Amino acid sequence: MATFHEISPNASAGAKTLNWIDNRFPLSKLFKEHMSEYYAPKNFNFWYIFGSLSLLVLVIQIVTGIFLVMHYKPDAALAFGSVEYIMRDVPWGWLIRYMHSTGASAFFVVVYLHMFRGLMYGSYRKPRELIWLFGCGIFLALMAEAFMGYLLPWGQMSYWGAQVIVNLFSAIPLIGPDLALLIRGDFVVGDATLNRFFSFHVIAVPLVLLGLVVAHIIALHEVGSNNPDGIEIKANKDANGIPLDGIPFHPYYSVHDVFAVSMFLFVFSAIVFFAPEMGGYFLEYNNFIPADSFQTPLHIAPVWYFTPFYTLLRAVTSEMMYVLIACVLAGAVLAVAKIRMPRLFKGAIVVGALVVMAMMMAIDAKFWGVVAMGGGVVILFFLPWLDNSPVKSIRYRPNWHKALYAVFVINFFVIGYLGTQPVSVIAGRVSQFGTLFYFGFFILMPWWSRLGTFKEVPNRVNYTAH
Amino acid sequence: MKIMGFTQKIILGMAMALGLAGAVQASEGGAAWDKAPDRITDMAALQNGAKVFVNYCLNCHSAGFMRYTRLTDIGLTQDQIKDNLLVTNSKIGDTMKAAIDPQQAKAWFGVNPPDLTVIARSRAGAGGTGTDYLYSYMRGFYKDETKPTGWNNHVFPNVAMPHVLWEMQASMTPGEYDQTMGDLVNYLQWMAEPAQTTRKTIGMWVLLFLAGLTFLTWQLNKAYWKDVK
Repeated sequence: MATFHEISPNASAGAKTLNWIDNRFPLSKLFKEHMSEYYAPKNFNFWYIFGSLSLLVLVIQIVTGIFLVMHYKPDAALAFGSVEYIMRDVPWGWLIRYMHSTGASAFFVVVYLHMFRGLMYGSYRKPRELIWLFGCGIFLALMAEAFMGYLLPWGQMSYWGAQVIVNLFSAIPLIGPDLALLIRGDFVVGDATLNRFFSFHVIAVPLVLLGLVVAHIIALHEVGSNNPDGIEIKANKDANGIPLDGIPFHPYYSVHDVFAVSMFLFVFSAIVFFAPEMGGYFLEYNNFIPADSFQTPLHIAPVWYFTPFYTLLRAVTSEMMYVLIACVLAGAVLAVAKIRMPRLFKGAIVVGALVVMAMMMAIDAKFWGVVAMGGGVVILFFLPWLDNSPVKSIRYRPNWHKALYAVFVINFFVIGYLGTQPVSVIAGRVSQFGTLFYFGFFILMPWWSRLGTFKEVPNRVNYTAH
Repeated sequence: MKIMGFTQKIILGMAMALGLAGAVQASEGGAAWDKAPDRITDMAALQNGAKVFVNYCLNCHSAGFMRYTRLTDIGLTQDQIKDNLLVTNSKIGDTMKAAIDPQQAKAWFGVNPPDLTVIARSRAGAGGTGTDYLYSYMRGFYKDETKPTGWNNHVFPNVAMPHVLWEMQASMTPGEYDQTMGDLVNYLQWMAEPAQTTRKTIGMWVLLFLAGLTFLTWQLNKAYWKDVK
C-alpha cells in the first residue's frame, strides 16, 4: 500500500481534493500511467487513429443503444412498429436510430482499418501477441453483436438473414439440429429468437466486448505501442528511462485524436444526415418490409461487413470439396517430404490428413462451408505465429510482399462485393479463387513471409517534424 | 375535397374482390423504371399527394405507422385535416388505417394489401429510388383480359392489385395524370420518413459546426506538435 500523503493546509481546494482521492484511489497514478506518462512512438501516421476511433464508436453505440432500448419492443408483433415509432414519434428518435445504424457500419470500417494497420506493421508480433488475441476476440464479439442486433428491427432481411445463418449451425454433424434449435428457441426464427437475441445484444455481448476492450488496452499499455517502422522504442532510452523516440500520449496524442475525432464525426454526420441508408448498404431496402415467415425474399444478402465471410461460406460447394481435398493431400505430402521431423510426427501427419480427407468426403459440403466461414475469422487469431518475417513493418519487407498485401486487400474487397450479389457461375468461380487465395495467404505465410531480400531496419524511428 | 362514402368503398372493394379470386404473387423482371419528379419540399404537391392517398390508397392499404396529425408538417392545419382527410371514425392522433377490414381484405384479395407507410423506402433498388419505382408502377397499368382483374402492370407483372385509378386516368390528359402521380409518389416518399427535410436542414448546421471544430482541432494539434523534433 502506498504511504498516506499529507498535504499543506495552505494548498488549493483542488489540490486538497485530489490528494484526498489519491490517498484512497490511484487517480493521478492511473492518469500518469495511461495518459501523461504513457510514452507512444512519435512517428505514428494516419493508420494509428482507428484505435481511438473504435473506442469513440463503441461509446456512440452504447449511448444511442441505451436510448433506443427505452422505446424499442422486443416482441415479434411489435418490434417493426416500435422502430417506426422511434423514427416518427419519439423526439429526435430518428437521429438516435440513424446514429446507431450508421455506427454499426462505422464500427466495422474503423475496426477493419485498425486490423489492417496491425497486419501492415506487424503489430501482432512478439511481445504483442496477447493484444492481437484480445483484439481478434473483440472482432468476433463485434460480429456476434452486429448479427444479433440486425434481427431486432424485424424486417425481411433481419428475419431471413437470421434464418439462413442459424440454419447453418444445423449442418454440424450430430449436434447441429439441436444446436440450431437451442439458438432459435423455436423451430423457426420467431418471437423466442427475437427475445434472446435482444438479451444477448443488449447485455451479454456488450459486457464481453467491454471486458475485452479493457484487456486489449491494458495489454497495449503494458508493452507499449508498435509503430510504422516496427522498432521497439524502449530499446533506446534517455537517462530518465524515457524512450528517446517516445512522447507522452497526453497531450500529444490526445490533441491528435481530438483532431481525428472531429474529422471522423464530419464524415459520420454526413452519412447520418444525408445518406443514412448509404445506397442500401447500411440500411437494406428490403428491411423496410416487416418480417414475413411465409415469404422468402428472392435474394438474401447479409450487411456489407459480413459479406467477405459469407463468400467463403458460399464458395464451398461439393465441387470445391475436391479442390480442398487435393489441397489437404498436397499439404500433407509436402510436409512429410520437405520438413525434417521425427518419424512419429510424420506418421501423425499422414494419419491426420487421411482422417480429415475421409471426413471431407463423408460430411456434406454445407458443413465445410460453415467451417470456412468460421475459419476465415479464426485464422486471424494465429497470425502472430504464422508470420515468420525477420522484420515487423512492411516498410522493410521486399517489394513483392507489398504487392502481395495489395492483392490480399483487393481480394478482400472482391469477395466482399461478391457476397452482396446473387450466385452465378462466373461469380461462383471467382469466389472460389478468392477463397483459396484468402486462406492460402495465411496458411502459406510461415513459408512466404521469410522469402525475399529484406531491407535494413534503422535503430531509430523515421520522423519528420511538422 | 370529398371523401368516398362508406358504401362506395364497400362497392369498390367488392368489385376488386370479384376479379381477384386468384391473386398472383409479386414476380421479378418488370420494365425499367422512369425517373420520378422530385417535389419533396413542394408543400402544394405533397398536399395534393396526401389528398389522392387518403381518397384512394387508404381504402385498401393502411399506413399503420403514420399519424394524421403529422400532416401538419406539410402545411395543413389541424382543422383542414379533421374536415377533409380523416377516414370514418378516425381521430386526428390516430394512425392511418385502411377502410377495409384486414381479414376481409385477405379473403377478397388473396393477399393482404401491404402497409404503405414505408413503401417508398422498401421499393428502392438497383433500378432507381423508391419513388422512381412507384411512379413507374402507378403509370404502368395496362388492360389484360387474361388476368383475373383485367389489369396487368409493366413494372410489376401479374400484380394482384387492379388499376384503381383507371377512371381518374381516363378523365385526365397523360400530362395531368403524370403530374398527379408525381405528387402522390412524393407524398409516399415524404410519409416514409417525415423527418427527412428537417434531417437535411439540421445536417447542414451540424456539418458547418464540425468543419469549424475540425479547423480548430487541426490548429490545436499543430500548435502542440510544432515542438516535437
